[in-house]
Amino acid sequence: MRTILTDDITAAVRNLCIQACTILGEDVIKRITDALGAEKSPTGRMALEKIIENAQIAATENIPLCQDTGMAVIFLEIGQDVHVAGGSLNEAINEGVRQGYEDGYLRKSTLDPITRINLGDNTPAVIHTEIVPGDKFKITFAPKGFGSENMSRVMMFPPSAGIEGAKDFIVQRVIESGGNPCPPIVVGVGLGGTFEKSAIMAKKALLRPLGSRNPDPTLDELEKELLKKINATGIGPMGLGGNTTALAVHINSYPTHIASLPVAVNIQCHSCRHAEAIL
Amino acid sequence: MNSEPKKIVAPLNDIVLKNLNAGDTVLLSGVIITGRDAAHKKMVDLINSGNDLPFSIKGEVIYYVGPTPAPPGRPIGAAGPTTSYRMDQYAPVLIERGLKGMIGKGRRSEEVKEAMKKWGAVYFAAIGGTGALMSRCIKEAEVIAWEELGPEAVRRLVVEDMPLIVATDMYGGDLYVTGPEKFSSRE
Repeated sequence: MRTILTDDITAAVRNLCIQACTILGEDVIKRITDALGAEKSPTGRMALEKIIENAQIAATENIPLCQDTGMAVIFLEIGQDVHVAGGSLNEAINEGVRQGYEDGYLRKSTLDPITRINLGDNTPAVIHTEIVPGDKFKITFAPKGFGSENMSRVMMFPPSAGIEGAKDFIVQRVIESGGNPCPPIVVGVGLGGTFEKSAIMAKKALLRPLGSRNPDPTLDELEKELLKKINATGIGPMGLGGNTTALAVHINSYPTHIASLPVAVNIQCHSCRHAEAIL
Repeated sequence: MNSEPKKIVAPLNDIVLKNLNAGDTVLLSGVIITGRDAAHKKMVDLINSGNDLPFSIKGEVIYYVGPTPAPPGRPIGAAGPTTSYRMDQYAPVLIERGLKGMIGKGRRSEEVKEAMKKWGAVYFAAIGGTGALMSRCIKEAEVIAWEELGPEAVRRLVVEDMPLIVATDMYGGDLYVTGPEKFSSRE
């Protein structure tokens, strides 16, 4: 049994908040740069150029990439041989979020859903916990902006809809979203499972490095087909027309029930931010 | 799209407005105001109840933005555009009252476009998510109303060479419609 102190978790989360909100991953910058070379629309090229320039300014001047520094979404992978000591795990994470958003001059956007009164410190975080073998404690922080989050949907299809129904739904969702989610987007898809499992799979799919292949050959093919279809819509960067609507489609799947086909689409803007730490 | 951006100054006058067409790129300088969801609701509630606004919107350009807090030594934090459709139900009233420009991202409703045609106004798209880049164009920022709204408070900004695209002009031209049509290769 390995002991991990809640103070160390708080410190790690604080740093991840600031890091994720100011530094765009190399994989994302590379995909956007590649897209720029292939983009036919002048407006689209301007948008992609500005996006790359923005990432450089954010990193060098230590300023957030986007003013929507998101709702704090945290994925934990906790080794089953880990013992968390020193207090409440959830409170340790929320304290890290509190400190990170304050110290990093990040925007606090969480509020009460009924009164709409801002809670003032960007907590509570949305925390997804997975227990895995081993004695590591992995924290992935993915601040989620709601321009793109609002465009996400879960659909419970009847089995008769089949994979064709799922594909149409995914492409249609992107078309209906247009420029709202700040394309070029990353499309996270959760296929199967239950209502909530599909949504979590779709969100977790957004964490996969851009440009990486899906280890499942069927899903890999499906990802390529959907990306091609989505980029043929002409929506383009910012929805103003062009060939780059999505940078990637990432799919996770899970067995489902004989009576259903859940399909979740979680849309991510071009600012595909996340940072991780292993304690 | 014209390759050379047009340099324009806010507040806008009708001569400038008439020369802006969907697809043009512009560099905007001058003085603008900010406002998003909560501020729009307050503005329209005040107008509907027959009261004056605490600031003028005549000839003004409003930027849909909720910036991050200003770090030391800067007037403002990251300040990219927010999604505009959430302001659609309020925009026509403001356009009727003299608002001449809006900056945001994403398509506008038919009602907003009709009001833009009728009263003369233009909608600029800023590149969504470029909060750091846009922040560099903002030279001064001060809260002029509703400080309690935090990131949603109304600010007066002095901006310089803000890179924008004319998304919807006062003639009904809409790049959010024509752009995707032009580049669609769907069978």
